[in-house]
Amino acid sequence: MIMDNIIEVKNVTYEYSEDNISYAALKDFSLNIERGSFTVILGHNGSGKSTLAKLLNGLYKPTSGDVLVDGINTKDEKTELEIKRKVGMVFQNPDNQLVASIVEEDVAFGPENLGLEPAEIRKRVDDALKSVDMYEYRESTPHHLSGGQKQRIAIAGIIAMQPECIVLDEPTAMLDPKGRAEIISTVRRLNIEKGITVVLITHYMEEAENADRVLVMNDGGIIADSTPKEVFSNVERLKNVGLDVPQTTELLYRLKSAGLPVNTHVISIKEAADEIERALHSEDN
Amino acid sequence: MLRDITFGQYYDCDSVVHRTDPRAKIVLLILIIVFIFLAKNIFALLFCTACVFAIIFVSRVPIKLYIKNLKAILPILIFTAVINMFYGDGGTVLVQLWRLSITTAGIYKAFYMALRIILLIFVSSALTYTTTPNDLTDAIERLLSPLKFIGLKNAVHTLAMMMTIALRFIPTLVEETEKIMNAQKARGADLENGNLKQRVKALVPILIPLLISSIRRAYELAEAMECRCYCGGEGRQRMKQLKLRPADYAVCGVTVCCCAAVILLNIFL
Repeated sequence: MIMDNIIEVKNVTYEYSEDNISYAALKDFSLNIERGSFTVILGHNGSGKSTLAKLLNGLYKPTSGDVLVDGINTKDEKTELEIKRKVGMVFQNPDNQLVASIVEEDVAFGPENLGLEPAEIRKRVDDALKSVDMYEYRESTPHHLSGGQKQRIAIAGIIAMQPECIVLDEPTAMLDPKGRAEIISTVRRLNIEKGITVVLITHYMEEAENADRVLVMNDGGIIADSTPKEVFSNVERLKNVGLDVPQTTELLYRLKSAGLPVNTHVISIKEAADEIERALHSEDN
Repeated sequence: MLRDITFGQYYDCDSVVHRTDPRAKIVLLILIIVFIFLAKNIFALLFCTACVFAIIFVSRVPIKLYIKNLKAILPILIFTAVINMFYGDGGTVLVQLWRLSITTAGIYKAFYMALRIILLIFVSSALTYTTTPNDLTDAIERLLSPLKFIGLKNAVHTLAMMMTIALRFIPTLVEETEKIMNAQKARGADLENGNLKQRVKALVPILIPLLISSIRRAYELAEAMECRCYCGGEGRQRMKQLKLRPADYAVCGVTVCCCAAVILLNIFL
């Protein structure tokens, strides 16, 4: 079967230059994102993950190498809007992404820019708000809403443009645990129900639990690329690049170090409990 | 304390004035203001007064709120009235102060001017109390849209976009100012005491962080807007289309008739 990639990053190097000193945030970086997949990119601050996000929809242009979205090169000025429509982007601070003071008008901003018919915009706005469970707030003012709700509106604003892929750049970094859970489940649902490709960039590992694929970035390169279970089982490597593993993995890792024969491949709390029980029983025998 | 600042003064209720198309309201406001100034004699002006009070009554916004707005300009009102008192031509002299004199005509003129200003405030308040800032922005953009034929297309859109963003960010920035003030107070900044100069100086450590963070916000917002395919007014469509309804035409008709009445009163009385 031929792999259908929505995004292809080919040997990209991206350099920031300030006062004649240039610094490469990404070095000879390659990555393919499969259509319909849910990919989580992990990395601590300065690992190049935000730079990568901005390269994916042409906000930044690679210093060398190419980024292809659905086969279109982001370097091409003429197709800039098409790429931005195909790959939507959600940022960290919900306050700094909302344009209008009424929820539905903000969600309409993207489709309005696309020049769609008013009736079509209305339909898309309603659908987008329903898909993030914010329809009943359509006439409220964003500043009366919680961080998680504001971020869901930002997501609705992107969904209303009907993108094929959404890139979320640390969307939960400024939210409380409840808001974080709301965002992750919303994004997960959009991926499953609407088949939208999701690239979630974060430094909270728990958010990677349900992903199809986890990438760990460090110093402008990829150091791990596999399923969540596979990536989290290598606790040492994650700790070496300054990342915290999920609490369950941490517990199992410590139990294993202490001599209990547990398998660190599990992530969910239920699985972890079963694994510990199994290990304890096998000890008894 | 800062949270009490509300931008715009929209009073939420349902009335004919609330429901009227915001574009119509702006145009009619201008028309009414012009006719308040065209009212040459006291009968015409009293007729205007009656009309303005009719609008206030129909708007269902408590009259108290209108009077509150008047208080803000009370000094200007008194100043104008006092100055006009000395400018009356003719009439019997009531008080003689050196070369200045207050005459009955002066008193009449002062009353006339004060009434005009009060009417102006009332009628413009009727607009702001019954129209949300968003609707106002929208209406201004659409009313100014003919300017695009003289090469100002982007200017009109940019102006409207600036207003929309300003309205959106006022509460955010107020919240931020509060945070910074608390942070500086926690570091021992004294914002409440001292003379004027000291208090102005104490504002510097609040304004500078606020300015820096606003610039950062602006930069992030620009990127987010770019990601949502924003490229100026060109090719942009609006979700909400304003359409004049029969009721709007009726409101316009009634207002025009009242204006005609003012002219008739000017001529025949």
